[in-house]
Amino acid sequence: MTTIRDWQVGQSLPDVTLPPVSRLDLIKYAGASGDYNPIHTIDDEAKKAGLPGIIAHGMWTMGNLAKLFTPYYEEGFVQNYFVRFQSMVFLHDVITLKATVKEKDGKTIRFDVAAVNQHGKEVVKGEAIFALYD
Amino acid sequence: MYQHDIGKRSAKVKNVVERGAVKKFAEAIGDPNPIYWDEETGKRSRYGRNIAPPTFPRVFDYGVIEGLKLPAKGLIHGEQRFHYERPLFVGEELYCYAEVKDYYEKQSSMGLLGFLVIANNGEDPDGNLVFTSTSTIIINEAVRKAMSV
Repeated sequence: MTTIRDWQVGQSLPDVTLPPVSRLDLIKYAGASGDYNPIHTIDDEAKKAGLPGIIAHGMWTMGNLAKLFTPYYEEGFVQNYFVRFQSMVFLHDVITLKATVKEKDGKTIRFDVAAVNQHGKEVVKGEAIFALYD
Repeated sequence: MYQHDIGKRSAKVKNVVERGAVKKFAEAIGDPNPIYWDEETGKRSRYGRNIAPPTFPRVFDYGVIEGLKLPAKGLIHGEQRFHYERPLFVGEELYCYAEVKDYYEKQSSMGLLGFLVIANNGEDPDGNLVFTSTSTIIINEAVRKAMSV
């Protein structure tokens, strides 16, 4: 069984690369989250808003990024999770999810987290604090 | 323009962490882990039940903050923060409300930007805080002008 407790500062959780962003991904997220802002699903609405095309919900990317921590639910939970939405995610973008241990003590592990697109640009960047159970 | 709204809150709204909604949400963020939907996995876990993903609070109803007028279009989600006392449990009841935490303006290369900070909170039935989900919304000059006409 994988343990998160043993991760050392500077070590990274395994990267996850998502399939290219599809319209269906965003329609599903709209339905599941209740965020029906049409710039995420309808081309004409995105263009009217001055965008080149539909963009992913920031929360879709943030939600994906958090799944890096799911396998460790027996050891602790995500206590604090912060991100800045730095750049837009477009249809067909290929997003890679990353988390690296920044600091740790006996009770928490602080990670730098990021979602990076196919051009190496950090579209979402922030940190997560994983609280360990005794 | 939102300075006078700081501190305003909505009335609490009862929400349930619905099993079907959690499953659908986990699927939408591509997280296949059975801890979110498989009852057996939930029972065998330290929680004794299923939990919800950390960004799930996007789904809840936080009520309406009286007098807060947000533009229908053009808002930019700048930052997002979650704080948890513990994970959310499938099936539990939460009392959720929203509060305007802050508003400030900053000069940028795109003109004067407004930053509105809204906290969405969830409490258990005994009134203990379970989570806070804080959003920073950026309102640009064009959107503000369109609102004031």
